[in-house]
Amino acid sequence: MMPRSFARAAVLPLLLGGCAYQRYQSDFGAAGVEDRQFLTLFWIFLGVCAFMYALVIIFLGAGIARSRRAAEANVVETGRHHRSHPLMRSTLIGWAALIGVGLAGLAIASFFTDRSMAAAAANEKLSVTVTGNQWWWDIVYNSGDASKTLRTANELHLPVGVPTRIILNSADVIHSFWVPSLAGKQDLIPGRENDIIIVPKTIGMFRGQCAEFCGVQHAHMSLVVVVESYPDFVKWWSHQLQPAPMPTTPLAMAGYKYVTTGPCSACHSIGGTTAGGLVAPDLTHLASRRSLAAGTLPMNEGNLYGWVEDPQSLKPGVHMPTIGLEPDQLHAVVAYLETLK
Amino acid sequence: MTDVRADTFDLGRRENERERVEAENRRLEQERKKIARDGPKLKGEKLASRLDATWRRPPGIIGWLASVDHKEIGRRYMLTALAFLVLGGVLALAMRVQLAQPDSALISAERYNQLFTMHGSTMMFLFAVPVMEGVAVYIIPLMVGTRSTAFPRLNAFSYFMYLFGGLMLWIAFALNIAPDMGWFAYTPLSGPQFSPGKRADVWAQMITFTEVSALAAAVVLVCTILKARAPGMTLSRMPLFAWAMLVQAVMIIFAMPAVALCSSMLISDRTLGTNFYNAAEHGDALLWQHLFWFFGHPEVYIIFIPATGFVSEITATFCRRPIFAHAVVVLALISTGILAFGLWVHHMFATGLPRVGYSFFTAASMSVSIPTGLQIFCWLATIWDGRPRFQVPMLYVVGFIITFVIGGLSGVMVAAVPLDLQLHDTYFVVAHFHYVLIGGAVFPLLAAFTYWYPKITGRMMDETLGKISFWLVFLGFHLTFFPMHWSGMLGMPRRVYTYPAGLGLEVPNLLSTVGAFVLAAALGLFVINGLISLYRGVIAGPNPWGAPTLEWLTSSPPPVYNFAHIPVVESDTPLWDSADGEYPVVTGLRVDQKETLLTTVVAAAPDTREPIPQASLWPFISAIAVGIVFVASIFSPWAVAVGVIPCFIALTAWFWPKELKRHPEPVIT
Repeated sequence: MMPRSFARAAVLPLLLGGCAYQRYQSDFGAAGVEDRQFLTLFWIFLGVCAFMYALVIIFLGAGIARSRRAAEANVVETGRHHRSHPLMRSTLIGWAALIGVGLAGLAIASFFTDRSMAAAAANEKLSVTVTGNQWWWDIVYNSGDASKTLRTANELHLPVGVPTRIILNSADVIHSFWVPSLAGKQDLIPGRENDIIIVPKTIGMFRGQCAEFCGVQHAHMSLVVVVESYPDFVKWWSHQLQPAPMPTTPLAMAGYKYVTTGPCSACHSIGGTTAGGLVAPDLTHLASRRSLAAGTLPMNEGNLYGWVEDPQSLKPGVHMPTIGLEPDQLHAVVAYLETLK
Repeated sequence: MTDVRADTFDLGRRENERERVEAENRRLEQERKKIARDGPKLKGEKLASRLDATWRRPPGIIGWLASVDHKEIGRRYMLTALAFLVLGGVLALAMRVQLAQPDSALISAERYNQLFTMHGSTMMFLFAVPVMEGVAVYIIPLMVGTRSTAFPRLNAFSYFMYLFGGLMLWIAFALNIAPDMGWFAYTPLSGPQFSPGKRADVWAQMITFTEVSALAAAVVLVCTILKARAPGMTLSRMPLFAWAMLVQAVMIIFAMPAVALCSSMLISDRTLGTNFYNAAEHGDALLWQHLFWFFGHPEVYIIFIPATGFVSEITATFCRRPIFAHAVVVLALISTGILAFGLWVHHMFATGLPRVGYSFFTAASMSVSIPTGLQIFCWLATIWDGRPRFQVPMLYVVGFIITFVIGGLSGVMVAAVPLDLQLHDTYFVVAHFHYVLIGGAVFPLLAAFTYWYPKITGRMMDETLGKISFWLVFLGFHLTFFPMHWSGMLGMPRRVYTYPAGLGLEVPNLLSTVGAFVLAAALGLFVINGLISLYRGVIAGPNPWGAPTLEWLTSSPPPVYNFAHIPVVESDTPLWDSADGEYPVVTGLRVDQKETLLTTVVAAAPDTREPIPQASLWPFISAIAVGIVFVASIFSPWAVAVGVIPCFIALTAWFWPKELKRHPEPVIT
């Protein structure tokens, strides 16, 4: 029983490889134009490399098999009169030519993939600025109309089929923006502005993760990407533009007062309130997001309690301090945060 | 006024002077005739004991510290590097234990970041480069048929610098001030703002130690290879390992200044408040990456090229014929060495540099596989045309070809920008560079240890244990690193202390962890074999493998003076081509002083006799003085200004000539 289930556990992912089960965060996700182009090029490279590898192994194996027969002759072929097989020199030239042609082919394939990625990205329809911070993502949806500019964090919504330019900055160290199922990575470098254009092709939820080591909690700097239909996306945007609703229950009201006047507001901002800190994630629609602390925890009441009470034990080293809330304050703050849908 | 005949006066003085010089020359001529030299009159046992008395270092701990014998220094290099391999390996095991399961909390994020930083830094700077230099410092003078390296005191100094740098890093680790920002220490994460404390400084100064050490060893090797070859060993007859080390040492000389510059600028940002890398003050964070990788990419070839030298020597010996197309292999080595300096940007494809530049560096990165591919062909052709005996060193060569080629091909993949943007900084790249560095350099190194073990110790390593550990190394390696290609493709970035369940990463990570333990056990077995064989191994003659190169001409282990007579070389496989009786030699070198023969660079025609310095404590004391400066400058920039004084004193004493009077044949004593 035991070995069989183990075997299944080991073999299934091998067989599925890049199939549905690993769409969430995987080079095999094929949910964006860039990743699809990557995969095509990857299989071409793999094919060519496997062919070259097979040649090497066949030559090696044949050489070993051939030489074993002659092994009993312990004769040395010395420097002055050693002989090679007469064809060996021309084979060497052929081998060099084969490598040259193979590499040239791969380089050209790589070049054209690169250019077609650039071409697919040429007509962007949407622009989002993502700023890397130790260890979370600040996200701003740019719009010509200032009232439609949206600031959020750690959850990126993209309309399917729409080329979106993501402008990349960093507020501290170098990070790298990487949603493998959609596209390759691009660094966020302080003092520089990079960009990457993503054309999502599949509706669904994907996970991205910082790919450049950025300090203690590099492992917990991830990002939820939601690809949705254009109407859903517009609905989401206009909802997110709404200011936070005033709480209706007394408990949430107490939380509202604590959050907007207490230490939280020094770093966080909540639309429609006096909380206006800019160094930590925007909380206006916190409870509508799917994760907490840049993908560290799924969003639910229990995790909100745990996170607000003691972030340092859940994500050690995070810049959010453990404040030491009294139990009634904690209840109130969580009750308020849960209203931020 | 008296008419002074100045001209006659001068003439008289000149006459006197001439007579005096002539008398002196006659006296020196007489004395010169009395000097004992090796030759027909002085040979065999008598010569050996004379040479031994001249070359032997003083006994005791002082003599040990003062030794300038390249064999002793090479042994120390190799043993120290192996100790660091064990330490770095233990860190790797700790990381694999942490990553065996998702969301594991065995090791904290902070500790894990130190572990991978220490692992990378130790393996790159304290194991891989020094161990290659250690083997070369031991083997190269024997292989080119000389009695000592050039600049033997510099050689001793280089070892102590390396040792002190390694100790500093590991003592810092024990004191919990080890670096934690990755072995390439990207700014601004390693800068003053984001790495307060001393961790990054410790890393930067460890780099400085190993830079100085590697540069010194490189100068020693270049000069030894170019000037101290046995007469007749023209460049076209030079063994491929010597070629590989020549190319590697020249690469070190070009690559190390870049990292010296960038790490000094980092130290200066951190301690003096400069802003080289601070974008907020018009510095540039990317400057670090350009300078570091201008060193860091050649560094990979600095590790790999000596390994190709091992492979060439071993393949020739065990296939019983010279390497096919010797000239092609040499040209491949040289072109690899040159191309290696034109690819550094492929480490920076995700940083948003101009696309045209990317295309250039893609093509350059791919082109480096042409010379490497040709070398592989030459080894395969040698196996095909030869009569291979599959003893342990040759098994490792076969394992090397099977493994390294995978790493080379995955390297072609990551050279393409569109592929690299997905694969960069993931476990795919971790798999790639371990295939290249372990498959490409450690497998040949294990082959080289087994191959030269009898030369160094006088005994053979056990063949059965060797074969068992080879198969375990081979299987353990592939079990560890092959699944990493897969976990990288499934989206696992490198340098994460944990990963969430449900991404499909559980199985590949568990396989890697199991493999890591198999690999560690296999390497442990290799070391045990080395220790047991020290006492129980079969006694090896001078040439147990029937090899063609000069190091196998002398006894195993070699005498302190290497060769009683400097050999003369008449072909590229001298030991195979000499008749069974006497080997042709040069005679006439002094035996009362340490002396060796220098030859011309290309044709290796006898050029001059070179005195070899005596053992001296000053290289050790200089290394201590320089080491104090480096360590103290972590704490205060003034240490550099003050510390220059003891360094100056030590170096002056090092070079102080003890004997100024005219001597029939001047020597440094």
